[in-house]
Amino acid sequence: MDIRSQISMVFHLDKCIGCHTCSIACKNIWTDRRGTEYMWWNNVETKPGTGYPTKWEDQDKYQGGWEKKNGKLKLRSTGKGRIIFNIFHNPHQPGLNDYYEPWTYKYDELFNAPEGNDQPTARPISMITGKYIDIEAGPNWDDDLSGSPVYAKNDPNLSALTAEQKAQLFAIERLVFFYFPRICNHCLNPACVAACPSGAIYKRGEDGIVLIDQERCRGWRSCIAACPYKKSYYNWNTGKSEKCILCFPRLETGQAPACFHSCVGRIRYLGVLLYDADRIDEIAKKPDEELVEAQRELIMNPHDPAVIKAARESGIADDVIKAAQESPVYKFVKEWKIALPPHIEFRTLPMLFYVPAMLPVMSSFDGKTVKNMSEGLFPDLDKARAPIEYLGKLFAAGNNSKVRYVLKKQMAIRTYRRAVTVGDVDMETAERMLLEADCSVQEAEAIYKLTSLCTFNERFVIPPAHREEAIEMMKDPLEHKQSVGFGFREEPKRGL
Amino acid sequence: MTQNTTILDYFNLFWFAVLPYLALFTFLLVTIQRYTRRGFTYTSLSSQFLENKMHFWGLVPFHYGILTILFGHLLGFLIPRQVMLWNSDPLRLYVLEVTAFVGGIFTLVGLVNIVLRRLADPRAKVVTSTADWIVISILLFQVSTGLLVAIFNSWGSFWYAASISPYFWSLLVFNPNIAYVTPLPLLVKLHIISAYFLVLLFPFTRLVHILVVPNPYLWRKPQLVRWYWNRRKIRTPEYLVKRK
Ligand code: SF4
Ligand code: SF4
Repeated sequence: MDIRSQISMVFHLDKCIGCHTCSIACKNIWTDRRGTEYMWWNNVETKPGTGYPTKWEDQDKYQGGWEKKNGKLKLRSTGKGRIIFNIFHNPHQPGLNDYYEPWTYKYDELFNAPEGNDQPTARPISMITGKYIDIEAGPNWDDDLSGSPVYAKNDPNLSALTAEQKAQLFAIERLVFFYFPRICNHCLNPACVAACPSGAIYKRGEDGIVLIDQERCRGWRSCIAACPYKKSYYNWNTGKSEKCILCFPRLETGQAPACFHSCVGRIRYLGVLLYDADRIDEIAKKPDEELVEAQRELIMNPHDPAVIKAARESGIADDVIKAAQESPVYKFVKEWKIALPPHIEFRTLPMLFYVPAMLPVMSSFDGKTVKNMSEGLFPDLDKARAPIEYLGKLFAAGNNSKVRYVLKKQMAIRTYRRAVTVGDVDMETAERMLLEADCSVQEAEAIYKLTSLCTFNERFVIPPAHREEAIEMMKDPLEHKQSVGFGFREEPKRGL
Repeated sequence: MTQNTTILDYFNLFWFAVLPYLALFTFLLVTIQRYTRRGFTYTSLSSQFLENKMHFWGLVPFHYGILTILFGHLLGFLIPRQVMLWNSDPLRLYVLEVTAFVGGIFTLVGLVNIVLRRLADPRAKVVTSTADWIVISILLFQVSTGLLVAIFNSWGSFWYAASISPYFWSLLVFNPNIAYVTPLPLLVKLHIISAYFLVLLFPFTRLVHILVVPNPYLWRKPQLVRWYWNRRKIRTPEYLVKRK
């Protein structure tokens, strides 16, 4: 047993209102520099939708992540042999056109325009070339399903649905969507790290944050293609790749990452998970339908004395173990089993988990009256607006029973709370539903509390930073600056 | 010796006995200095992200071509005897010459595509510096003279091993013998001189990316974790005391 600690996340999709505050908080702090304009370390997608970069989930197109070949895990995009051929021109690297050309507006034209009969306008100009451009796409072009026949229709996850289900999904009065905020998953088996020819990408031992050493990155761009979530970006100005750093300077000073802190819907949870690093390879090789369960197995119980002992032996501080015991992420993922990893079939073992969105109450309008489609409070799961198969493809590698379990539990809890507060459902029904959903009354209360009444400190259980392991004690902090993925010792301008 | 020949001698001396050392020492000093002081600037400076299509037709033929050629030149320098022995059979000589020529053509085609791409694509243009244009120009000159030599002074793989290789060795042991190169045709001389310029300018340009080709990738483990301390010992009291 080789116990390590990992700062992990849960996003509760039912609570996301799609306001993009998180994206802006991140952009303002980290990616408002030249070369990073197009990067959205945090972005919010509308699902069904094609996401950012367009169709990132389609690995036939991007060749991201791992695949199993002859009992071994192999990167789809590169490898020891192939790196030699890929290095001059990476065949799977997305180009700017797969994202969008960042733009601003020529605001001074508003002030300097000569007097005339027409209102002056600020025309869009490219932030790369500085020339006038016609805006053709942006990072959220299909927000709120806008243009869904053009965009949402191309969502790769729809392949799990039958033609009938697809028609249903897009029938106008049944149109359904939810938001899907994404950051780097700080994976346990990161494809970006394994693909980097220079060995510039690494996991921090103490908390598992994945960083790109700016000093050692040589711009071979392998990580961009290899990350199946497309969360590593190429800075065209410095010739280096950059990615989400989970706001580690904030974490080290006890603050939540900017996107977490600013989240309007309070959908985000952060905490430590202890895991057994010896078993990563074995777990990542499990068959698709076992992956969700297998990853849970990898996460160790921080209350188990044997785990605590092993954690101490590998240098994990007592207060970090305590943080792991209080971790909201541990509760969501392991105790309650209602948070699922995104696209675990990419086999990077992402450490950001999602509570899938509940299905909205379904009703139909027959021209005269609005008719409820179901007897009870919630519709039958199988007649739901967003087919289970869709969520299963997104969050359970096709193992729909995992999604069904989560949704059933969520429904039972809501029914139960309804019985408590409104009283239009009788308690007996509610308790039967809880029982069927594998949930005790105590658990239901706990989930309800952490979902709706959670305080800042309950959502973010940040392990304390340890001065004795602080970097300035070990290494020249100036020298260290560039190796942590952000911050420059030299002017970050393109080399000669 | 007449006055005229002396000037020519000085000329030859400069181009073939002074310039190579100037180039080599600048190369060594500046690459090391740049690596230690401004290591951040060692990158491929790839622009594939900005323009993804023409990139293939420029970069791929160029790199395969130039690597073949460089490898050939290196062989002639390191094992001239074996190369000559190989060439003793005309068929094998043909094979070698044709391979080298095709490599040269690949390089040239790649370079031309690179130039066209950087001129035609507005985004690629944004990231093209003056230093890039200088490198591209010298490379173009280098490949063109090389190809012309192959056409007009053929069987280079033969006489290279016999004349230039010993000349390089004489440079390397600090006993330059320019008598090997002075009788060579002008084209060959230009080819050599422009190579020295490439070496001289190397550390000031993007060419430094050659020095950071990622060979350790071939034998490292796929996953990397960085610890800044010994995690087995960090919490033991002795460890903390020792560090103070
Ligand atoms: S999400 Fe992508 S960039 Fe982030 S750790 Fe995983 S593989 Fe690497
Ligand atoms: S800030 Fe929170 S609620 Fe708003 S889009 Fe981001 S994750 Fe969703």
